[in-house]
Amino acid sequence: MKKVQLAIVGGGPAGLAAAIAAREAGLQDILIIERGEALGGILGQCIHAGFGLHTFGQELTGPEYAQRFIDRVEAMAIPYLLGTMVLDINENKVLTVTGREMGLIQIQAEAIVLAMGCRERPRGALNIPGTRPAGIYSAGTAQRLVNLEGYLPGKNVVILGSGDIGLIMARRMTLEGAKVHAVAEVMPYSGGLKRNIVQCLDDFNIPLLLSTTVVDIQGRGHIESVTLAQVDGRRKPIPGTEKVIPCDTLLLSVGLLPENELSLSAGVALDGVTGGPVVGDDLSTSLPGVFACGNVLHVHDLVDFVSEEAGRAGRSAAEYVLHRRSAGRTVQLLGKNGVRYTVPQHIDLGAMADTVTVRFRVGQPYRGAALCAWAGDKLIRRIPKRILTPGEMESFPIRRGDIPADCHTITFTVEEASQ
Amino acid sequence: MTRQLTCIGCPMGCQLTATVENGVVTEVTGNTCKRGDDYARKECVAPMRTITGTVRMADGRVISVRTRTDVPKAKMFDVAEAFNKARPAAPLHIGDVVIADVCGTGVDVVATANRK
Repeated sequence: MKKVQLAIVGGGPAGLAAAIAAREAGLQDILIIERGEALGGILGQCIHAGFGLHTFGQELTGPEYAQRFIDRVEAMAIPYLLGTMVLDINENKVLTVTGREMGLIQIQAEAIVLAMGCRERPRGALNIPGTRPAGIYSAGTAQRLVNLEGYLPGKNVVILGSGDIGLIMARRMTLEGAKVHAVAEVMPYSGGLKRNIVQCLDDFNIPLLLSTTVVDIQGRGHIESVTLAQVDGRRKPIPGTEKVIPCDTLLLSVGLLPENELSLSAGVALDGVTGGPVVGDDLSTSLPGVFACGNVLHVHDLVDFVSEEAGRAGRSAAEYVLHRRSAGRTVQLLGKNGVRYTVPQHIDLGAMADTVTVRFRVGQPYRGAALCAWAGDKLIRRIPKRILTPGEMESFPIRRGDIPADCHTITFTVEEASQ
Repeated sequence: MTRQLTCIGCPMGCQLTATVENGVVTEVTGNTCKRGDDYARKECVAPMRTITGTVRMADGRVISVRTRTDVPKAKMFDVAEAFNKARPAAPLHIGDVVIADVCGTGVDVVATANRK
């Protein structure tokens, strides 16, 4: 059986940054396994600008950001396989891999970094009633068709979901000559960046219909129209508010889900809120020698955070293989009262860096609030925040010195304005 | 004349009110920091945007491009039309000029990906 010290599943921004960090930490034998035809992952189709503000101090397009990391991987001569898919990982860290030229082989790895990214929630998962005609795409599929394949999916578009992908595609379709009639959003607020509302909707006078969803789809072979309706406080459609909009394209931007089929087959424990693996501050999962980073761990907004997180995972994987890790007492991290989850879910006091950046999302928008970290009843750190919103991942640094000696759990909460 | 706009400087998204007289912003309210003031003054008088898109190469492949820096917002659709007309040949590298001085803006359109 082929053997490798570190196998990295996925050659997108997370896999690339992990590989570079592992090599910089002294590990030679690394293999990146990528199912697509090129390295770079989803960034290849994200042709808009706004990437790299934290990492490079510039606002690059997705392909430009990816190329910085691809160039480093090439310069370091880190081996990679393209058009090659990992079908299974077992608890002994054996990967079953298939590729056009190699056929089906197995690889025994000493360490694995999971960097498979995420997938879009499809229409079926939303149970949208109606016929099943052509012309319905996830926003990311439409993005790939337009930006990589050079096809325009349609000319009269309705978009469901005002997260950033939906907003970006509203602009993209408009600049390519389509008419985007509306962006419908089931929540009473948009999950996308304000910048995108202005530059993708306001710039083109595209209406944003909040508390609105698609309740029916019409058309036999091809979509002819959708029925929009307003929803109440519990997201239930309000009878009598229905409005039919003729269209030839419906784009769905309704959620990203970490892709953890391989993690499940390996027996890695997953977090019910994030959908990704439970990890320590070194990004190690419940299976020794297996690490996770990027969107497979939790869905990010900024690729800069992905690169930073993946760098940590790559370094940790190298330290694991080279037997350089120390261990100590474990402290559990919890999210409560507005903090939906934390990544990492636990910290190892013996091995932690001087500062661990804990990341999470809040469950609703807050103004004039504060983020608090508690060791039992004791407040160990408080950070005032003028604005908190589900669409923006928060970072809360915890220093080794912040953690009391007898502490077993640190709980993160939102302290609301009136408190 | 007053104008309402949303600041995009940070996630606060402050609702700004700008007073414009004779093509000059004389007052900005609603901002909670200097960035909001700067943004309103530029956006009301000379709004600019970076335009990104794709261009069909001579051999039929698609390549992503951007205006190197921002251009007047009013020229967005003219610039998108100019993207349609370009047919650059391979090889292309990030930063190579695909359209020089697009629509008389003085700004070049450059490739943002590599194509052998």
